[in-house]
Amino acid sequence: MPRRDDIQRILILGSGPIVIGQAAEFDYSGVQACKVLKEEGYEVVLVNSNPATIMTDPEFADATYVEPLLPGPVRQVIARERPDALLPTLGGQTALNLAKELHENGTLAEYGVELIGANYEAICRAEDRDQFRITMEKAGLKMPRSAIASGWVQETKSVDLARGLAQAEDAMIDIGLPIIVRPAYTLGGRGGGIARTPAEFRAIARTGIEASPVGQILLDESVIGWGEFELEVMRDHNDNCVIVCSIENIDPMGVHTGDSVTVAPQQTLTDRLYQKLRDQAFVVIRAVGVETGGSNVQFAVNPETEEIMVIEMNPRVSRSSALASKATGFPIAKIAARLAVGYALEEIDNDITLCTPASFEPTIDYVVVKWPRFAFEKFSGVDQRLSTHMKSVGEAMAIGRTFQQAFAKAMRSRELDSIPSLTGSAEELLTRLEMPGPDRYDVLMAAFAAGADAEEIARRTKIDLWFLRELQQLAADPQAPFAGQRTYKAVDTCAAEFAAETPYYYSSWERFGTMGADGEPVAAHEVRRGDRPSVVILGAGPNRIGQGIEFDYCCVHAAMTVRASGRDAVMVNCNPETVSTDYDTSDRLYFEPLTLEDVLGVVEIEQPEGVIVQFGGQTPLKLAAGLQAAGVPILGTSVDAIDLAEDRGRFGALLARLGLKAPPYATAHDVDEALAASERVGFPLLVRPSYVLGGRAMEIVYERDDLADYLRRTAPADGARREIFLDRFLENAIEVDVDALCDGRAVWIGGIMQHVEEAGIHSGDSACVLPPHSLGPEMLDEIREHTRGIALGLNTVGLINIQYAVTLDGRLFVIEANPRASRTVPFVSKAIGVPLAKMACRLMLGESIEELQLPSEAMPTGHVCVKEAVLPFDRFTGTDALLSPEMRSTGEVMGVAADFPTAFAKAQAAAGALLPDDGTVFITVTDGDKPGAYAIASRLEDLGFRIVATAGTAQAIRGMGVRVAEVLKKVGEGSPNVVDLIETGEIGLVINTPTGSGARADGWEIRRAAVARGIPCITTLSGAHAAARAISAGRSGEPKVMSLQELHRDRLRVG
Amino acid sequence: MTSVLSARVRTAYVLLEDGARFDGIAVGAADAATGEVVFTTGMSGYQESVTDPSFAGQIITFTYPHIGNYGICETAMESDRIWARAIIMRAAMNTEDAPGAERGWLDWLVDCGIPAISEVDTRALVRHIREAGSMRGGVFPASMSLTDAMERVRAEPPMKGADFACVVTPKEMTVHGAGTGPRIAAIDTGIKGSIVRNLVERGAVVELHPCTVSAAQLLAGDPDAIFLANGPGDPAALDYVVATLRELVGVKPVFGICLGHQLLCRAVGLQTFKLPFGHRGGNHPVKDLQTGRIEITSQNHGFAVLAPDGERTIPGDEPVRWDTDFGAAQLSHINLYDRTVEGLTLLDVQGGTVQYHPEAGPGPNDSLYLFDRFLTQIAEAAA
Repeated sequence: MPRRDDIQRILILGSGPIVIGQAAEFDYSGVQACKVLKEEGYEVVLVNSNPATIMTDPEFADATYVEPLLPGPVRQVIARERPDALLPTLGGQTALNLAKELHENGTLAEYGVELIGANYEAICRAEDRDQFRITMEKAGLKMPRSAIASGWVQETKSVDLARGLAQAEDAMIDIGLPIIVRPAYTLGGRGGGIARTPAEFRAIARTGIEASPVGQILLDESVIGWGEFELEVMRDHNDNCVIVCSIENIDPMGVHTGDSVTVAPQQTLTDRLYQKLRDQAFVVIRAVGVETGGSNVQFAVNPETEEIMVIEMNPRVSRSSALASKATGFPIAKIAARLAVGYALEEIDNDITLCTPASFEPTIDYVVVKWPRFAFEKFSGVDQRLSTHMKSVGEAMAIGRTFQQAFAKAMRSRELDSIPSLTGSAEELLTRLEMPGPDRYDVLMAAFAAGADAEEIARRTKIDLWFLRELQQLAADPQAPFAGQRTYKAVDTCAAEFAAETPYYYSSWERFGTMGADGEPVAAHEVRRGDRPSVVILGAGPNRIGQGIEFDYCCVHAAMTVRASGRDAVMVNCNPETVSTDYDTSDRLYFEPLTLEDVLGVVEIEQPEGVIVQFGGQTPLKLAAGLQAAGVPILGTSVDAIDLAEDRGRFGALLARLGLKAPPYATAHDVDEALAASERVGFPLLVRPSYVLGGRAMEIVYERDDLADYLRRTAPADGARREIFLDRFLENAIEVDVDALCDGRAVWIGGIMQHVEEAGIHSGDSACVLPPHSLGPEMLDEIREHTRGIALGLNTVGLINIQYAVTLDGRLFVIEANPRASRTVPFVSKAIGVPLAKMACRLMLGESIEELQLPSEAMPTGHVCVKEAVLPFDRFTGTDALLSPEMRSTGEVMGVAADFPTAFAKAQAAAGALLPDDGTVFITVTDGDKPGAYAIASRLEDLGFRIVATAGTAQAIRGMGVRVAEVLKKVGEGSPNVVDLIETGEIGLVINTPTGSGARADGWEIRRAAVARGIPCITTLSGAHAAARAISAGRSGEPKVMSLQELHRDRLRVG
Repeated sequence: MTSVLSARVRTAYVLLEDGARFDGIAVGAADAATGEVVFTTGMSGYQESVTDPSFAGQIITFTYPHIGNYGICETAMESDRIWARAIIMRAAMNTEDAPGAERGWLDWLVDCGIPAISEVDTRALVRHIREAGSMRGGVFPASMSLTDAMERVRAEPPMKGADFACVVTPKEMTVHGAGTGPRIAAIDTGIKGSIVRNLVERGAVVELHPCTVSAAQLLAGDPDAIFLANGPGDPAALDYVVATLRELVGVKPVFGICLGHQLLCRAVGLQTFKLPFGHRGGNHPVKDLQTGRIEITSQNHGFAVLAPDGERTIPGDEPVRWDTDFGAAQLSHINLYDRTVEGLTLLDVQGGTVQYHPEAGPGPNDSLYLFDRFLTQIAEAAA
């Protein structure tokens, strides 16, 4: 059946902010789907709260709503846009759950919206553990023994923890330990884990029930240590099924697949056993009833008995399907979108060969290895052990002709901030391996280097010996896989059986001595370079905290701009989740690690006009000097200017020359120097190591002892000399972020953002507002003047981001300047309707600001945009849910409205911290904040909230005339204390400003409880002010939705 | 590591008849071998492939780099020996660690006297064959001069016109299975164990006859059906089997796979031709033109059948019907990669064949149902 003509307009739901378990892969899938559906002539309506995505660029849909992914706003979108169909399978668990809700609350029926891609029943059969089990049993497939413990009380629609725990206790006796605990309807298994003892079991069961929105946990017979395999299946409405890719987890069952190092294709199964898995995968997709589209099916296989168990299936595109697409060249999301609108697999062309249909199974002649990227260094005190609860924040993929090539390339693609500690005897290393942690393969390689035995490691880790033998060889000679000549080979879905049309390459090393029929050596690479000039764009590598999807967004824009300029865009990146590594994005894609050597290899083949290092965050910047030294032209701002901005001394001199103020600062290299300098600079101090992104190890210290403590804690293990920056911290200042364009002669300011939180909270974690909500016109002029001065002073060509602090007495200080794309570029671009990264790229290619014909005033009037950060505290029990100078957010959302409070409320809702309309607010603040707390309390009281507080805060605000309904005890002073009330759901909003950083302080317990319950917990007074205003604004009804296209009707032609 | 890999590294090379050369290291028997150099894109099932008699006279290049990952075991044998003349790989493995492994892959190749070469840039080799077509070639130790090697390659008879069925066929008839199902007489031009296994598992009793068997000899046993096996070589060289077949079609139900398909097609008047580089692997989509269903198939053939109009491809999605000496026939399946013929159904007499391998081993099980259908049709014919 060809394209369906009975539908015209299709609604696509995105996955919202980047969180652990749901990352850039859904931007990749969504962009593919949007492109395909538009190509097919459908109108696309998109809802996604994440401004950093390419999919929310106005050109990818007919109507783009950057609105919270909640039933209310989406219902409004449906009512306004009247789509014929909803495609819910491209936005991860978020979109699927939301589609389910829209079905259940009658919205879809009311507006006649058809679910395509997966129907409601299929979603339920796959997502509801109980239904899935029954479905599998009926289909004759085995699953681990299991039980469900549920605390859900239908009558009250609430969770009874005690009831859930009692059921769990019975199940434990039936199934026997160890047991895997998985909460229902959570992302990446949040709140789950493996229990080996009754005590562990009870603790994990409790967290699981709390984490599940329906208070339900699934308890599984443990198949820990079995082989873990995933198959990516596609099915069309003719019931034709294909497997796109098999993926084998090197880490056996027990480590979440998102945290596992995985390999494609599978390596260890015999053909007969693999075909059995393939048959079962088809049985699963048919039994669940996914009529069209892709699904991911996970299996556990006992290598000894060849027993197979089905673990789970996702009736949608997933992280694994993005990986499978990049690993094979088979674009799963693109094909799934076509299947959803009526096509059959055989009616769709294979993009890569252009001569064969999509109804086939890719076969590959290389090996793909995926590594998770962790960020534990950001969360001191958290449990780093890996389990069924996903903890990684990103991933890197590598392709090689052999497993060892791919593994070694993937390992160097991780871009670790800190080298794992690998000291200890072989036995100590072996013991560490028994409990898998983020550095297990580093430990494993070190153990091999120390002479450990492969069989012994297999015994302790259950890792298949095939992998261990390979790793043993790699440890013995890490250079061996890279002997011979470097060649670039194509990813072509067919192992060279057909000529590939799509230029997607990877490097591999082959023996010398390959001669053609003419006796001449055969060309070392398959790259068809063509004659056009090319520009190499260096991507951002694996997502991590501080360097996320925002940079991928900029790189994709650079590629689009380079292509539009008549040059070939060449992308180098190693992150399989992203849009930048979609072979459609550039003219040539090199899936390579972002190291100097790997990039120089690409440069050698490409001989580019220049390399763009401004857009991929810190990763390409670190390579800039090396590239320049190798004679490679760097486009845009010079390497020297980047260094000038980073070098405190040189930058200080520039500011002095321009007559601009910066907080007093010093640079020290050891403890004594730092302590001496601290006297000169003056407390409080902001201390950090040099050259960091995302505020790694950045802290505010108030006195000498704190500084000494900081220096001790952050000292490098090897005693290496380091550089420490000390800056005077400006307390209570307003932080301002500016993104501007500069061509070396003129400056155009794209956005002046005012942070909601005071200075001292990392800008990536702080909510910010565009335009500024409380800076006067004179201050804004001063900021503009400063920005012009610095941008020109640095000879910027392209983008520059400058951070300022405005003190209470109205003085403007320059905090730092970065002449490159910043994290806020996509947010600003969407807020103002001008694509800043594209404009910057044009400047780097030689155009002037004048030629860009930019609007004279960047920010259109009539709307306010708020960006809010999304933090992963709910995943890391044991860490303090507190904002600090160290960035910890994984993603961001944007709220757009006619006024600041409404935009703020939308952003809060989109970030998952829905502000309450009524109920009880708990307030506890530091002494310094007590005067300010009164205004907030008074406002909330006027709004009808019941105020509860701790004794000190109660006394302060009562004194000012606010009625405090209840004074709560401090945690540890008995019940009822605030934590009890949070846990019982009695409190709907927590305002808690921190008192020092002592772990396990009162505030820590309060914030932990709030995060666990999903209650908004505001840790700054300015944030609380904004929240109070937002709640007040919300009283005038649910905020209206508006599309970016409506917002920027006049501007979208720019770019 | 085991013996082979710890031995002194012996370099070796692949030489093709057009002069192209690919260096590597010798990992199998210390010998030279010549044959037709072909490639298979299957990612697993190496043992099944090399023991498939259809590879007789050929040197297999595996496009997947790692071959030998799970060792070898008795149950994966498709015949009682290796038929491929030599093996070309990118990254051969010799591990015996897998729970089911009875021997390391390379040790086994040495045991069987099969030369093998690894660390070859197999992708470059495959791209060369894709452009230039399958051709004769050989695997040679580095000690052998190019001139000597080329002489050996040229001495190898070309695959076109070669009768390899007579090489792989059994000397004596054997009987397999003791079920109560139909008796099936197979002309064994190199049958794979998986075909016999699938028939026997469904209750059939299978007689494997030498390919020189006459129609009279076959009919003397009054079988319920005739089965035409897969096998190596050029179907055009098997006029004697085609002649036998023409005496059987219409007399008994006739079914066949691969070479058997080509032979039945010849028996009903079609011609065969040599594909540029064959179909070998486990991922080819085949469409059943009658039902519209698509199966992912296991493939291993270097020749294919021309349509009644002499064309190499079937442009439409309708079964191609024409009249034969045995009544109406139709081409029932096509390969969606290159739209070549993949199946034949006789409409007025009992008979049908497929070019691909429903028995899998190696490859997908999508088409196993054909064996059920085959047995049902025999039962219907008998009724």
